[in-house]
Amino acid sequence: MSSAQPTSPKQEIAANKNLHTISLLVRDAPGVLVRVAMVFSRRGYNIESLVVSPAAKRGFSRMTVTCSGDPSILEQMIKQLAKLVDVVHATDHTTSDRFETEIALIKVRCEGNERRDVLEIAEHFNAKVVDYSPESVILRVYGGSEKLDAMTALFDENAIVELVRSGKIVMTRALEIT
Amino acid sequence: MEKRVTTGAEKLIQCLEREGVEYIFGYSGGAAMPIFDALVDSDIELILVRHEQGATHMADGYARATGKPGVVLVTSGPGATNTVTGLLTSQMDSVPIIVLTGQTITSMLGKDGFQEADVTGITYAVVKHSYLIKDASEIPRATREAFHIATTGRPGAVLIDLPKDVTQGPCDAPFVEDLDLPGYTVPTHGDPDAIRQAAEALTSARRPILYVGQGAVISGAGKAVIRLAEKLKAPIVNTLLGKGAADETHPLHLGMLGMHGTAYANKAVDACDCIMAIGARWDDRVTGKLDEFCLGATKIHIDIDPSEFGKMVTPDVAIEGDARLVLEELIPQISAADTDEWLSQCEGWRKRYPLKYAKQGGLRAQHVLDRLNEVATGDAIITTDVGQHQMWAAQFCKTTTNRHWISSGGAGTMGFGWPAAIGAQLGCPEKKVWAVVGDGGFQMTQMELATAAIHSLPAKCLIINNNFLGMVRQWQELFFENRLSGVDLVGNPDFVKLAQAYGIKAFRIRRPSDVDRILAEAHEYNEGPCVVVAEVVQEDNVFPMIPSGAPLSDMIVEKPKEQMAKPVGST
Repeated sequence: MSSAQPTSPKQEIAANKNLHTISLLVRDAPGVLVRVAMVFSRRGYNIESLVVSPAAKRGFSRMTVTCSGDPSILEQMIKQLAKLVDVVHATDHTTSDRFETEIALIKVRCEGNERRDVLEIAEHFNAKVVDYSPESVILRVYGGSEKLDAMTALFDENAIVELVRSGKIVMTRALEIT
Repeated sequence: MEKRVTTGAEKLIQCLEREGVEYIFGYSGGAAMPIFDALVDSDIELILVRHEQGATHMADGYARATGKPGVVLVTSGPGATNTVTGLLTSQMDSVPIIVLTGQTITSMLGKDGFQEADVTGITYAVVKHSYLIKDASEIPRATREAFHIATTGRPGAVLIDLPKDVTQGPCDAPFVEDLDLPGYTVPTHGDPDAIRQAAEALTSARRPILYVGQGAVISGAGKAVIRLAEKLKAPIVNTLLGKGAADETHPLHLGMLGMHGTAYANKAVDACDCIMAIGARWDDRVTGKLDEFCLGATKIHIDIDPSEFGKMVTPDVAIEGDARLVLEELIPQISAADTDEWLSQCEGWRKRYPLKYAKQGGLRAQHVLDRLNEVATGDAIITTDVGQHQMWAAQFCKTTTNRHWISSGGAGTMGFGWPAAIGAQLGCPEKKVWAVVGDGGFQMTQMELATAAIHSLPAKCLIINNNFLGMVRQWQELFFENRLSGVDLVGNPDFVKLAQAYGIKAFRIRRPSDVDRILAEAHEYNEGPCVVVAEVVQEDNVFPMIPSGAPLSDMIVEKPKEQMAKPVGST
């Protein structure tokens, strides 16, 4: 996981240009996550987000990793991932024809008149209010990571009490296997 | 009468017997006791070592000498952590070993119980794969998979961590034949298009060269390498680990390349217009400064591990497959290239820059190893430790037979040589085995003299004793203004007396005139192990030498008059 200092959402958007999205199909075996993470750390890659979930086939998991690092070693690092015994395949989807999405929960402090501005932003981004308290709301929004970045950037940093993002998941379009 | 229940440990030993295991190199301890108990009734012979690191190097030497996997059994905690160096050594050099570690009971995992260590966690970075067995029913499948994974594709180290309640408890799981490893495929035949491209590149080259590594040893590609070289009329060079894959005394063979390779091998590699790596990985000891390595030459790379393509060098043609199978498909497509001028150029370098050493000024390690080549070549397996003696042995002991050269290359593990010789001798009882070690490395695993003695193994240990960590001393002399630091091994024991204390026959060589007689006598001594201590001159340097990180063309063949700049490469 990222150990970097928290950056503002705008800086994150700028950094996104160097992000790669790698999808792995792995055996649901003990230690597989550690083995995968160690390849990234050994090659100096930073994992920005990581989603692990059961795959369609029993006994397998799907990992979607968004990461940043030296692009010149990406291809070779993916080969090292694929070499792991428990990894069925590892594919770079940074430039694939794909659908990708992410969910964010944003807890925003808002009282009185501020609330209207918050709800306006929420409406614009098709976010749903999933919790309503006298001093705050929780918004649930999904979509491309850039959309989530753009939405969070609109709030005053002090207004955001908490932000939890699921991390990006991707799937290649049509019958192509992710 | 009630049928006796099979325990997990008994099942494990039965699985090992089914895999054809002859020896287990081990050291007992609490968490492994059920497994040691099950060994009592097995035909598998336990070789009780004196330190777990020694067990791993014995298994490694056994595996390199025979091609069969070596098996280690140790207890939990420190017993297991003592195998880490051996795991790294085997994994770096693609050697199949299986390390079985006892572990605390499953209910105590993660609670810092006595002799508990997170062994799978500690070893992730130094294994090809590993298992932590939580249920005895997993034993047959894990064992079958471990042997398959360790020995196929690019071989490597596999660890199985076995909690004591699992090995002590019942196991009624059946043996496993069919593997289910969807993430693990073993390349065999190369892509025909890539092979055709390689054939075209080689045939049209004017200055082709074959660069042979450990992959050729593992696949037994040596004869195919020679056939290809003869058909193409191309010279051969090999890496430190590739020694012996193709007979080094063949007229087309230029010996070892790289940092301390022969000058003629390096000159040829530097001048070639097409280089084909056959199971070799363009290691930094081989390429020197990568940006200037084989400039303008077409690079062909045969490897069973596709993650090697583009790691150091991006090849023009990459062929994923088994080295021998790929060469056998390639050879029929080759016609003789126009290389007469090239071969005579290489021969010129061979004549002009021969390996040489000073004949006067005391006993020289090179002289001892040059003569060992006469005494032992052909029928002996030579293992080495790491340092100056290793490079001199690599230069002067020409390896003619596959698997007759055993040395720690990638990891450069001191303490490897002597236990590796013990493992090789057990695996090849009909062969002569010589360990060539330095006084530094030998003392890291010298306690295994006992292991050789109790089994009356006729392995021979040649200690090149200069009372220095010679390679580091050489670097300090050449690059650090001779400011010696941490290299003087004052306090060395008398190695002859040390051997005798174990009841081992020992010889001492003091004068050049002693060399032939004592080597011959030791070579013929078969009653048990013997130690030969060669008291060589203290300060001598290995040449040729390419300073780390420098291009091949910066090779020096003798000590330069001026102080050299500190090398920029890795170590």
